Amino acid sequence: MHLKSVFDLSKALREKKVSSRELVVHFLKRIEERNPELNAFITVTQEQALKEADRADVLIARGEAGPLTGVPLAHKDLFCTLGVRTSCGSSMLDNFIAPYDATVVERCRDQGLVMVGKTNMDEFAMGSSNENSYYGPVRNPWSLDRVPGGSSGGSAAAVAARLVPLATCTDTGGSIRQPASLTGITGIKPTYGRVSRYGMIAFASSLDQGGAMGLSAADAALLLGAMAGFDERDSTSLARDQEQFTDNLEADIDGLRIGLPRQHFGEGLDPRVGACVEAAIEDYQRMGARIVEVDLENTDLSIPAYYVVAPAEASSNLARYDGVRFGHRTENPQGLEDFYKRSRSEGFGAEVKRRIMIGTYVLSAGYYDAYYLKAQQLRRIIKEDFQRAFEQADVLMGPTSPSVAFRLGEKLDDPVTMYLCDIYTNAVNLAGLPAMSIPAGFVESMPVGLHIIGNYFDEARLFNVAHRYQQVTDWHTRIPLGFE
Amino acid sequence: MSLNREDVLKIAHLARLGVADAEVERYADELSNILALVDRMNAVDTSAVVPMAHPLDGTQRLRPDVVKEIDQREAFQKIAPAVSDGLYLVPKVIE
Repeated sequence: MHLKSVFDLSKALREKKVSSRELVVHFLKRIEERNPELNAFITVTQEQALKEADRADVLIARGEAGPLTGVPLAHKDLFCTLGVRTSCGSSMLDNFIAPYDATVVERCRDQGLVMVGKTNMDEFAMGSSNENSYYGPVRNPWSLDRVPGGSSGGSAAAVAARLVPLATCTDTGGSIRQPASLTGITGIKPTYGRVSRYGMIAFASSLDQGGAMGLSAADAALLLGAMAGFDERDSTSLARDQEQFTDNLEADIDGLRIGLPRQHFGEGLDPRVGACVEAAIEDYQRMGARIVEVDLENTDLSIPAYYVVAPAEASSNLARYDGVRFGHRTENPQGLEDFYKRSRSEGFGAEVKRRIMIGTYVLSAGYYDAYYLKAQQLRRIIKEDFQRAFEQADVLMGPTSPSVAFRLGEKLDDPVTMYLCDIYTNAVNLAGLPAMSIPAGFVESMPVGLHIIGNYFDEARLFNVAHRYQQVTDWHTRIPLGFE
Repeated sequence: MSLNREDVLKIAHLARLGVADAEVERYADELSNILALVDRMNAVDTSAVVPMAHPLDGTQRLRPDVVKEIDQREAFQKIAPAVSDGLYLVPKVIE
């Protein structure tokens, strides 16, 4: 059951070959048995899941089911879920029972998707290895001594280990694509403004974007279709007509122009990862795609610009955690200032504190122009590089991550080395573009991800391009040993 | 840009974060390393570039000034650490 695609599960549900309750019980049992070794879930919502499954079965019996009705999914633990703890991977919110649902959660429920739990993540989505979680690191199902990537590492590991067929996730600098790459699954970060940020706990508001993970492009397209759409409660939500991202999956890609950014194949890339990506591009050529070399000249400026914009916005967003209205509160403070300082330093972990301090520094009096304004100017230059590339190419391709999954603890002592994991993904967030990662081979038995970047609102094309590749390759069907 | 002890303490105070004495040196090193990474931004002259706040140049939407939210004080205060008579309690501010 857990090896079937969402398309097949959906069909089996509607033909009444399996009930949603049976399906949900099956996945809950898998979570119970296999999660202890992975630590992919922070909370499992068994009781609520069974109720929602029964409701889905009623809809199916009445013939009122949509394609996702009765299908289990997990939410990253930064989407607020009414009545269910929403921790954001932080001790600060360990006791936070969300008083409302995120728009994404509401929409998924409206489509009949059944939430089975909340997935582990780097604290406040800050990290590339999932080692920054208050609830402990997530382990990569392909090798338990390696990281799954981050920050959506719990969602990625859960999907890769077949503990759940679909999961929501978020991406501020690579937090969907890098873990998808490191765990051998499909993940998409849509255009900035596609998916509502209402009820999605804020990290860096001008970069944060929710997205979808699944075992294939087709499955992820179904989930993103349920999540996306205009929401008046998100001030940067884009007014676009609702799209069915699955409509275009089978379209011919003969004549597709694939741009290869020179800067994504240079120094720092593990040559074995590069070889897998080149082999994938040859597969595309055999399907009729044409290759053009493009320049993203300012790629190396994206990490510096990112580490101004993201911490600056984080320091502002995380000012709300003051111990007064919700979240962690210190005991026996000596006055209000001590109350704030102790509540915050007890509640936040090391990486979050570092980023708050960097953000506070770059926004402090006298430094704004040199840092935040400068970074915003670089964002425009980076965006213009992409726009020039898209004059020559329909999509851009390269590696998602410069290496396969590294070992737990390997990069923990050096924040800056950890930041360089996102060298190919950061720029996409700064420009607000959609991009995905799909499995494209193995190095040392660890998955390699192919990064596909699209122009604004071109998600349907990304799914099409990814789906056609998945029809001629079987990387996405490989299962980590022991999780069959 | 390299930060010293005093810088770290000042930033931590602005951010309302308590930093133990033993941690100050480590923070000074780590934050200086991150700022060294950030300083690479200066390799490019951007004096003529208009800063970009939103990738699609979106602007703030306005809505009619009418009340839409309902009062949910009780629900919100249920998760508060300390409340009394509908008010949030904090340590005494004025002696």
